[in-house]
Amino acid sequence: MTPGYIRHLGYFAVLLLVQVLILNNVRLGGYINPYVYVLFVLLLPVDIKGWALLLSAFFGGLAIDMFMDTLGMHTAATLFMAFCRPGVIRMISVKADFEKGTIPSISNMSLGWIMIYSLLLIFLHHTFLFFLEIFSFSEFWQTLSRITLSSLFTFILVILGYLFLDNSLSKKR
Amino acid sequence: MRNLFNFIIRYYFFFMFLLLQTLAILLLIRDQHYQRSFFVHSANTLAGAAYNASADLRSYFSLRSVNEQLAEENTGLLQQTNASFLKTDRQVFEFQDTLYQRKFSYVNAKIINNSVNRRNNFLTLNKGRRHGIEPDMGVITFNGIIGIVKNVSENFSSVISLLHSDTHISVRLKKNNHMGTLIWEGENYRETTLQYIPPHVELEIGDTVVTSGFSRIFPGEIMIGTISDYEIRRGDNFYTATIELAEDFNKLSFVHVVKNLMREELDELEENAFTTQ
Repeated sequence: MTPGYIRHLGYFAVLLLVQVLILNNVRLGGYINPYVYVLFVLLLPVDIKGWALLLSAFFGGLAIDMFMDTLGMHTAATLFMAFCRPGVIRMISVKADFEKGTIPSISNMSLGWIMIYSLLLIFLHHTFLFFLEIFSFSEFWQTLSRITLSSLFTFILVILGYLFLDNSLSKKR
Repeated sequence: MRNLFNFIIRYYFFFMFLLLQTLAILLLIRDQHYQRSFFVHSANTLAGAAYNASADLRSYFSLRSVNEQLAEENTGLLQQTNASFLKTDRQVFEFQDTLYQRKFSYVNAKIINNSVNRRNNFLTLNKGRRHGIEPDMGVITFNGIIGIVKNVSENFSSVISLLHSDTHISVRLKKNNHMGTLIWEGENYRETTLQYIPPHVELEIGDTVVTSGFSRIFPGEIMIGTISDYEIRRGDNFYTATIELAEDFNKLSFVHVVKNLMREELDELEENAFTTQ
């Protein structure tokens, strides 16, 4: 089981660096800020224990917050996303049980499944995050367009990440 | 029995989520309302070192524009030296002046992390407590104000950008000294909003806005930008003007941190005034 943890820590470290050193410096029209680090939550095994899922999300979000000076914000959004994850998986899966330790990837599931799965969770994460950042509904339409555009951009990057990692993610653990 | 077991599992997931989420929100609220040197900030050693390394690399790409900016600032300073003025009045002579006492001093710093596309933006500087930087100091460039120092560590400091929803800066119109408040509505990093200019004041597009000098954080007369549009919003009885910023926040590299040498004296005086009331 140990190598699995280390592998996911590795994914997180790489995603954190990509996020803070590259993506946070990319300016796209002033509205769009992709948060591709959410991929680390998406990549956790399907049958991960609830407490492990929540704790990974909590500490992962905290590490991101540390780099972005937004103490608590990304932590809360990532936690919310992790909380929704089991529900989303149950909702979109046809068969109820997966092989033990399956990582949600394109070859383990299907491209369609991965697309719906990531899009839903990214949208939930971004909605929670952006409204928490504003802390009011006063700029509702502006915030909504931020959420939509950023979600789409994160989604594209996440799918690219999935395609890039696909070989290393298939069945073997 | 099995159902009960499943139920407990589902409930523990929910309660654990609630607990952790409360913790996160508490951190968030505490962070917004207090000046705290907490360990989870980009001013800490780990994040600071990472940003420093990446800023060192990136600074090579902006060498040209930084040099151009420096040359411009040098020209500006040269314009102000005595050597560039011709003395026309032989009756006037200069001597060591004791009328002026230094009120602000400046520390030069490099920006090692910056953002403009979030609703609440922050910057990280490569100077910290060791270099005399303290929370609540102002950060400026020649073209405008950048933000206010929030957290300081030994070698780094994090700054709340002007592009933040909590920013309220006291400013005035250069031509007639009317005061207003500068805020950022989050739509465009090149524009901010000026509020509370009374309707009898005649505004014109192109009017210059500068800092008021009433704040303890920024010196007066620092250029901020020019009015590009103005209106009286429905239900308001004051002008709301759009200000085009003179500084491009996306191209920042070097800044000056402002230290108010008389701050303690002012704080003490005003505290006394409030307590004796």
